[in-house]
Amino acid sequence: MEKDEVLSLSPMQLDALREIGNIGAGNAATALSQIINRKIDMSVPRLNILPLSEVPDVVGGPDTMVAGVYLRVFGPAPSSILFLLPRDSAFALVDMAMGREHGTTEVLNAMDESALMEIGNILAGSFLNALSFFTKMTLLPSLPALAMDMAGAILSVILIQLGQVGDYALVIETEFATEANDVRGHFFLIPDPGSLNVILSTLGVSE
Amino acid sequence: MPELIKVGMADLKVGRNPDSLISYGLGSCVGIALYDSLTKVGGLAHIMLPDSTQARATDNKAKFADTALPVLLEQVLQLGGVKSRMTAKIAGGSQMFNFAQATDVMRIGDRNAEAVREVLKSLSIRLVAEDVGGNYGRTVELLLDTGVFVIKTVNKGDNRL
Repeated sequence: MEKDEVLSLSPMQLDALREIGNIGAGNAATALSQIINRKIDMSVPRLNILPLSEVPDVVGGPDTMVAGVYLRVFGPAPSSILFLLPRDSAFALVDMAMGREHGTTEVLNAMDESALMEIGNILAGSFLNALSFFTKMTLLPSLPALAMDMAGAILSVILIQLGQVGDYALVIETEFATEANDVRGHFFLIPDPGSLNVILSTLGVSE
Repeated sequence: MPELIKVGMADLKVGRNPDSLISYGLGSCVGIALYDSLTKVGGLAHIMLPDSTQARATDNKAKFADTALPVLLEQVLQLGGVKSRMTAKIAGGSQMFNFAQATDVMRIGDRNAEAVREVLKSLSIRLVAEDVGGNYGRTVELLLDTGVFVIKTVNKGDNRL
């Protein structure tokens, strides 16, 4: 039986990935801060190797209500990007982006959905810029898609892809929060099976 | 006290009256409930993928429709279920994100549901009810006292099969 590729990463490879995550997420946080005109605190990205079934626990369990913006990444290292926000954070973020008073939004209208997707788009784009810069690869995001539902259901979209080749996920995860703590979000980059090796070799840390 | 037995993603569990089996937040995955109404024993599997022969990592039998169902059936039989009385109900198999360029990867929910139907047929287990498709998540619970399969959603209300 083949071993999961993510379980055999060396400390140096993990460091390289963490650094990419750090710079990419830093770019994304700066972009978010400009959109909503507020200071954004960002956690040091965590690099977790988790059994697939435990990934939803990262955002509070499979039945937690979240908004998810999903994008496919095209290029030499196909990946998925998922930006997850607890429902209240999604509402607060839309209020800020649309210049409304905090607490106004209780359901998302079509305009709010567009705004959330556009924010996801900008975050993904700025993250990918950093990744492209370091790997010298052209990585392009698809149009964003939005869903508001249970975290387990939304995450299943990417976990299923990983499930074909392994039982573990490498999750580069960053938490964003505004000073008032009214918006918190999780940003996931999940390389497709095989893409991780491509990324590692362009970084010069392949085995 | 009736126990609430949790079934994770790519997992399967069995139980008996008065317990119930629950799995949270199914998207494209499919929840399969088997039940014997006389002995009131049953099982719930939460599969992620249709076919283990198309995958590289197949250690976990509960992950695939074709390998999970025989294991689930075997375990329900061990608890005292009888195959001729066994009925199946399924839920899940949605497509969470709508893409213009919908590839096979995105249609995995449909393929999961189809694979489950076929495996049930090949095992000669009667599929008596299903709640599949759409673009929303489901939490499913099999009540082992009655065999009712409860499907909870965020915006589409609840359904009892």
